[in-house]
Amino acid sequence: MRHLLSCTLLLLAGPVLVAEPLLAETIFVSNEKDNQIAVVDGDSLQIKTKIKVGRRPRGITLSADGTQLYVCVGDDNRIDVVDIASGKIVHTLPSGPDPELFVLSPDGTKLYVANENDNMVTVIDVAERKAIGNIQVGVEPEGMGISPDGRILVNTSETTNMAHFIDTEKHAVVGNVLVDSRPRVARFTDDGKQVWVSSEIGGTVSVIDAAAHKVIRKIRFEVTGVRREAIQAVGIQMTKDGKRAFVALGPANRIAEIDTASLEVKRYFLVGQRVWNLAFSPDEKRLYTTNGISNDLSVIDLERNKVIKSIPVGGAPWGIVVKP
Amino acid sequence: MVRFWQWPERRSRLSKPRRPVAVILPLLGLLALAPPAAAQGSGSQVPGATAVLIGYLARQEDPRTPLSFLEPVATDEGLQGARLALADNNTTGVFLKQSYRLVEQVLPQDGDIAAGVKALADEGVRFVVADLPADALLAAADRPEAKSMVLFNARATDDALRNEQCRVNILHTAPSRRMLADALAQYLAWKKWPRWSLLAGRDPGDALYAEAVRRAAKRFGGRIVDEKSWTFDTGNRRTDTGVTTIQSDIPLATQGPDYDVLVVADEAGDFGDYLDGRTWYPRPVAGTQGLTATAWSRVNEQWGGTQLQSRFEKLAGRWMTPRDYAAWLAVRSVGEAAARTGATGFDGLAGYLHSPDFELAGFKGEALSFRAWDGQMRQPILIAGPRMLVSVSPQEGFLHPVTPLDTLGDDAPESKCRLNR
Repeated sequence: MRHLLSCTLLLLAGPVLVAEPLLAETIFVSNEKDNQIAVVDGDSLQIKTKIKVGRRPRGITLSADGTQLYVCVGDDNRIDVVDIASGKIVHTLPSGPDPELFVLSPDGTKLYVANENDNMVTVIDVAERKAIGNIQVGVEPEGMGISPDGRILVNTSETTNMAHFIDTEKHAVVGNVLVDSRPRVARFTDDGKQVWVSSEIGGTVSVIDAAAHKVIRKIRFEVTGVRREAIQAVGIQMTKDGKRAFVALGPANRIAEIDTASLEVKRYFLVGQRVWNLAFSPDEKRLYTTNGISNDLSVIDLERNKVIKSIPVGGAPWGIVVKP
Repeated sequence: MVRFWQWPERRSRLSKPRRPVAVILPLLGLLALAPPAAAQGSGSQVPGATAVLIGYLARQEDPRTPLSFLEPVATDEGLQGARLALADNNTTGVFLKQSYRLVEQVLPQDGDIAAGVKALADEGVRFVVADLPADALLAAADRPEAKSMVLFNARATDDALRNEQCRVNILHTAPSRRMLADALAQYLAWKKWPRWSLLAGRDPGDALYAEAVRRAAKRFGGRIVDEKSWTFDTGNRRTDTGVTTIQSDIPLATQGPDYDVLVVADEAGDFGDYLDGRTWYPRPVAGTQGLTATAWSRVNEQWGGTQLQSRFEKLAGRWMTPRDYAAWLAVRSVGEAAARTGATGFDGLAGYLHSPDFELAGFKGEALSFRAWDGQMRQPILIAGPRMLVSVSPQEGFLHPVTPLDTLGDDAPESKCRLNR
């Protein structure tokens, strides 16, 4: 509604502005079970189209110029590169076996991929479309985070239960931090000083001092009426000002908001079932979450702190990325 | 010969079993990082790296021959699970400067358990995966050398081992019969299939399984409307007379009062797989065959299980069975304790294994831990069909003040184990 209103105002303001796209962000959701990417219009919150990709798409991210999507298609052992304008796969990248999650270097030239079956991280040169290195890590590598300067990569290994700090120049592990069981996602704070790692079975988020390689705080969650075992931390996002952090709690069907100064949980949002991952709208007024069991996308209004909508997106939504 | 086998899973589509050569090579690569075995006595510190020895104790036995041709005849059940966990431990160990070595002690069929325990003790082994039936397990646990060991029961489902016959030096990674029966009973209650007809085989293990089913019926509102023993002869799975006899035997064996589910107790897999599709009434089969309550099954790929299944298949050239899974849990438990505590000595590791802080991720969606009152690993139990995962227990709605996992098997107030009180 608000968007409709601003659209009318823009029309009144004059024809030059009308040529600009509206506030139309686009949300891309990887549907693990459907082998499709659901494309959702951020204005109407309706599905615009679905893009067919390889089997079991999970990790999804935008290219540096925002024109392409990289999608990990684990069962096909590759990364599909989708041209957003045409909605077509234009080529694939050799990811190594069973890619689940990855991260793009800040300069957009390299993809670091976790190969879940091979205890390995593969480095891909995006322009050359080839693997240029491997780094041996713990059992079942999963989460991937990169420092804002691109120098340090953090990979989590689900059965080894560690965050591995990797020097991206040397392709070498420079530190290992033990975290709680089944670490899933690693995310650097924008100042590069901390790495947040979620543990699915442990049900915690470890806040790690990125320089010292030490856990400085373990954030625990408690939701009335939800048994402890159902609280399984997965996706993490933080606002650009570094003040608010959000953690998806899996089968607890909640997003926890954490005050990054005190590292205390401020509130919980009830979203769809088995929430995996989350992404902000470009203006950070909204948070979108993928809910793997209820097959929908929850929309949280971060100004009013309310869940305002759920959108059915397809079979087992998992990864999510928003294009401005 | 009493057999205390875990019941088999029915399987389909399996590649030809391969020898596990491919695995041994990477293992050797990892082991090369470890100091020589001679220097690895438990507790002895080696500069730069410390090694933890884990024993695997079993007796050779006739291979289990499943009735279904889709299932291979496995000769290395249990052992391969231990080997996989060892590789997993060593991959993690590289980052912590810890290493692990598996000391495999597989005795001849009538081999002396005491000698096996002594041989392990002589090598400095103090954590032992016991892939043994109940009587042999107790014989091992009661040896003087075993007093300063932790034995993991990765095989015997006997409830007595968790009650009257419990031992302070045993931790159970295999579920008990009561856990399995309770898991099934909860699912049948959720389905509102309360009338059960119980058909038990002639092995002592079948009688014990049937006992656990009767107890579960009482706990979760099932009603056993009829009980029968399987008295027909069964023999080799390959016979030229084919299905003729079976087709006429089974309606006779299952005739009687009407029921919702036929619950079968056939741990060795002598006849249970013949039942489905041949019963007097058109009703489902559950228990040790059909809808099976089990610690592990190939049909499960939830909670990252895909990775465990594919790692195992790469190693063993066959599917992971519940026995492999229990052995995997045992070896991983030691690895987890070492990673969490940084300890490699016995006291540090054993203390942590018994502490409430111990948690293991076992591809079942929540942390697994040991019950303080009987050393049983609490774990969700799969309700597996022959080709698909049907459900996982505990079921929603069966509540418990501490953890729903303790609705399966003997909870603290019911336990007759008196060691820790």
